[in-house]
Amino acid sequence: MRILRFVCVALPLQAACALALAQSSATDEIAKYRQMLADGNPAELWEMRGEELWKKKAGPKNVSLERCDFGKGPGVLKGAYAELPRYFKDVGKVMDLEQRLVYCRMTLQGLSLADATKVPFGSTGKQSDIEALVAYITSESRGVAMAVSTNHPMEKQAYEAGRQLFFYRGGAHDFACATCHSASAQRIRLQELPNILDKANAQAAYTTWPAYRVSQGEVRTMQHRLYDCFRQQRFPEPLYASDAITAITMFLAKNANGGVYAGPALKR
Amino acid sequence: MNQQRRNIMRITSVLGAAFAAGLLKPADVFAAEWSQKVFDAKSLEAAVKELGGDKFTVSQDVTITGPDIAENGAVVPVSISSRAPNTDFMAILVEKNPSAMSASFNIPAGTEPAVTTRVKMGATSNVHALVRADGKWLVASKEIKVTLGGCGG
Amino acid sequence: MADPMRIRASITGDTAEVKVLMRHDMETGQRKDAGGKTIPAHFIKTLVAKVNDKVVLDANFGPSVSKDPFLSFKVKGAVKGDKVSVTWVDNAGETRTDESTIS
Repeated sequence: MRILRFVCVALPLQAACALALAQSSATDEIAKYRQMLADGNPAELWEMRGEELWKKKAGPKNVSLERCDFGKGPGVLKGAYAELPRYFKDVGKVMDLEQRLVYCRMTLQGLSLADATKVPFGSTGKQSDIEALVAYITSESRGVAMAVSTNHPMEKQAYEAGRQLFFYRGGAHDFACATCHSASAQRIRLQELPNILDKANAQAAYTTWPAYRVSQGEVRTMQHRLYDCFRQQRFPEPLYASDAITAITMFLAKNANGGVYAGPALKR
Repeated sequence: MNQQRRNIMRITSVLGAAFAAGLLKPADVFAAEWSQKVFDAKSLEAAVKELGGDKFTVSQDVTITGPDIAENGAVVPVSISSRAPNTDFMAILVEKNPSAMSASFNIPAGTEPAVTTRVKMGATSNVHALVRADGKWLVASKEIKVTLGGCGG
Repeated sequence: MADPMRIRASITGDTAEVKVLMRHDMETGQRKDAGGKTIPAHFIKTLVAKVNDKVVLDANFGPSVSKDPFLSFKVKGAVKGDKVSVTWVDNAGETRTDESTIS
């Protein structure tokens, strides 16, 4: 940004520079807007409700979720999200946070699959327990550096599948994730597009989901973000908590390793 | 369950019981009169009239702070403050909204005449801080642009 | 029963800054759902904040206050340990009161 200003002053490329500066100052103004909202994130209300749901006895077995194991031991939430997705020996597969949460709701609490995956995305008048639980669980990894492993062969496989899906072109517009997210400094209107193949961009992007999305008025998780990407790409709707979404999440999360987790955040 | 939560639940249940018994109407116990006419007013001028004022002046003693550009008009942070002595009333109005009045605040003695909240803006518009101090109506305004972003990251 | 608010209150010098986050849809009554039906207005109308039972702020909200409202204000002369309580009432008559201690 500073270089751009210097160049625009030094060289007589008035019109182009004026436009570029206008765009960069719009970006600065939006950064200020986001800064003004940073204090007082409605996501905190979801975290509060999630904590209550975590501790509440529920389901046919009338048990809380407090013994759910996200990979660091039963009930250990501190830093757990920073290591997901990961391979779980008890199920013999790689799971992301939400797949594992559904698993715990079914095995610990006895909920059916239908009940455990009910209302994954909230809307006016229809709160999502899943979004609240995810907000709480991820908040317990705030400040922890992303440390996703691909040591296990199935973790490597999930990462590879995710990478292939990232580049897979399809749908009515022949879009892939890569169409929007594999080059730096791109944007759609005033929305910057993170380059997932660039370490810093990938870190900034992944460590700020879930987020309270102002345009939705809800806390949205990674499952929703990818579901919404598919919709924008004109892809078929992905099944909630599918292995395909986990594979893409694995690709995104591992690419963000080293980034300090900062969620739940606040986004447009 | 900790004591704070017990207190919260006790207060809420006592009030709930009182409301349910018809002993208290929520509006009775608390708060200044909520006026439909004020909240239907279509402009700053109309709102001031409904509030019982007749004219207002732009004043350096009143401040309104907010972003120049709001990425999403659904949530626009606005701070208003007044250093005019004896400020007892403050309000935020969004000129181009279907109803201009967004929120109003009675300021008792001991409370700083400064509040921050977030408002919805339907389109780029002037946003006004309206203040009553010593019976006089004072105003400060700021234009806030509302953009449409891209796909939402 | 309505969801709880988050109230944070901290002292700097002799001034307490109070920040409140409320869980409320704040429906304007102007939106339509996917089926074309108008979603009814549902919004907080009044809010009263007290410090140790003394009213420190008395607000009227309209439906153009943002969803999940945030409010912050400052009170002079408060001290650590004082109790802050906030009560809102919405247009459907629902109400919520929460408390916090100034730290």
